Amino acid sequence: MFRRAFGRASRRQFVKGSLAVAAAVPLWPQIGRAQERQVNVYNWDTYIGPNTLDEFSAATGIDVRYDLYADNAEMFARFREGNPGYDVIVPTNDFAQRMILAEMIQPIDKSRIPNFSNIDPRFQDTVFDPDRQHTVPYFWGTIGIGYRKSAVSPPPQSWGVIFDRSEAYADRISWLSEPADLIHPAMKYLGHSINTDDPAKINEAVELLIRAKENIRTIAGDNGQDLLLSGEVDLALEYNGDVLQVMEEDDDLSYATPQEGTILWEDSMAIPTGAPHPEAAHDFINYILQADVHAAIAEYVYYALPNAAARQLMSQDYLSNPAIFPPEAVLDRSEVALYLGEEVNRLMNEGMTRVRAA
Amino acid sequence: MESWKRNPLIFLLTSLPAAFWLLVFFLIPLAFVWVLSFGEVAGIVDIAITWTLSNYARALDPLYLGILWQSLWIAALTTVICLVVGFPLAMGISFAPSRWKSLLLLLIILPFWTNLLIRTYALIAVLRRNGYVNDTLAWFWSLADRALAAIGLGGVLPDFVPLDLLYNHGAVIYGLVYVHLPFMVLPLYAALERMDKSYVEASLDLGAGQLRTLFSVTVPLAMPGIVSGIIITFIPALGTFLTPILLGGPDSQMIGNIIERQFKSANDWPFGAALSFLLMYVTFGALALRAAFVSRRRDAEAL
Repeated sequence: MFRRAFGRASRRQFVKGSLAVAAAVPLWPQIGRAQERQVNVYNWDTYIGPNTLDEFSAATGIDVRYDLYADNAEMFARFREGNPGYDVIVPTNDFAQRMILAEMIQPIDKSRIPNFSNIDPRFQDTVFDPDRQHTVPYFWGTIGIGYRKSAVSPPPQSWGVIFDRSEAYADRISWLSEPADLIHPAMKYLGHSINTDDPAKINEAVELLIRAKENIRTIAGDNGQDLLLSGEVDLALEYNGDVLQVMEEDDDLSYATPQEGTILWEDSMAIPTGAPHPEAAHDFINYILQADVHAAIAEYVYYALPNAAARQLMSQDYLSNPAIFPPEAVLDRSEVALYLGEEVNRLMNEGMTRVRAA
Repeated sequence: MESWKRNPLIFLLTSLPAAFWLLVFFLIPLAFVWVLSFGEVAGIVDIAITWTLSNYARALDPLYLGILWQSLWIAALTTVICLVVGFPLAMGISFAPSRWKSLLLLLIILPFWTNLLIRTYALIAVLRRNGYVNDTLAWFWSLADRALAAIGLGGVLPDFVPLDLLYNHGAVIYGLVYVHLPFMVLPLYAALERMDKSYVEASLDLGAGQLRTLFSVTVPLAMPGIVSGIIITFIPALGTFLTPILLGGPDSQMIGNIIERQFKSANDWPFGAALSFLLMYVTFGALALRAAFVSRRRDAEAL
């Protein structure tokens, strides 16, 4: 048994993240002289171990400049007009794919990353980046339902509990606000693949959400876990790591992955095109994949490790936690979101606007 | 005051920084956004400027007009409440003894020293189900319960049910009023301070009551301040996006939220630009109304 750091926060916290970004010192694009002993990392808020960066610098002599973002869209928007000066970024599956397609991410030289062999073979290849030519897995997780055990019985088994306009939990439910985070689970509930560009299926999910909306307390900008903790809602559509964070503070909270299957997300490290220090970026990525380093980060962020060697160093408490590693049966029915083009993205966003306007 | 015509060179020199500022930080970026609004998404990061009007056509879809309408009435209601609350406040400060004035003004400006985000989070702590308002009500409730028990009526009162104060339009408007009140009070105070107080005395001496004096003398004389206050409260309230995200319910979205989504999640900058300009036209409309009001007033004074 090990004790997790107190006050561990999770990466997907919209507002706190924005604040951190606002407070971060702006990174000037390329300060003239090339400094190969430096690496500029742009990562999610609270998504690294408390000592990881210092230990990396001590071990390699490379300085780390570290900036934070709160969601993929924010990171993507900053890269649209060219790399603002970063060497390592951590996009999620569909965003990684989109950035590869737009040539915003450069190929990774695997010969410089010997620790890649630590990665679980299951994660060494992936649909969104065939052969892992551009990305290296960092952590993965799920979207599911966080709930208050004393108020919700039986424990949620199906997405229906938050999408069926159940009178029993009227005004006791919160949803996520990013369009895909809400529409994808609704599509799973309807039995559709989330990776479809069929407007009819997306619309069906939007209509389902519009009908269910009446009994929803709020569509939270990613602070559903705080609403659970403060008793504002009893059921929250949320990321597993966010719910794990509040489960630590309140024993009455738990997390369920519905049996219809859920959304799996995979964050990967990547080197954006035009990175000023590509050598140091490779060194950084290789260092993170070192078993003890990756395990130390996992102890802090408490997301699922794709690193088989690092998993061996973790406690049973972590490895057998169903909120981190969902049952195989659920995993089999779950999907990783792919990038399906700007038109699908537009449909999802307009769908979200319609849900809120209804 | 001397006319600028006597010293055109000095006028030119002193206005240079302002002109530079206006050009570099306002007009040029605005021109970029304006051009962008006639573009089309041509790829993941590519935008083709085709001078299409399709973004504006889409912005005029009932879906988006409905959201604009909702934003307009939320901003309007916020402005009215700010005016009703702010006017007595500004009058109080303006009629206070002069040694108190600067302290009272400081209290009005004090919230600006804290970040808007933190102030809005603080409101969540006040309004949530186990927040300060509900805790206070629950305390009074239990007090009443004990008092009833003392006179032999124990158990008459049902259990206290916390009020759902957050996550609805009411919470959004409350948050907006809280944030924008200083914007209303300051121009009102400036107008009332400039006002010759002897008019009020004259009105009272000549037999008009307090209310009549207020509405026939004070309010008309403070009208320029009222109009300025309305404008600088209404415009930022209309474009707000943070307050509806944090305090609003499932249907509390304002046009600012839609615009933000176009630049981030939707990755549709041309449409976001068109929506921004739609919002700007509404703002221009409000400013034109003000200009019309001022010129009519001037005409009336000239007569």
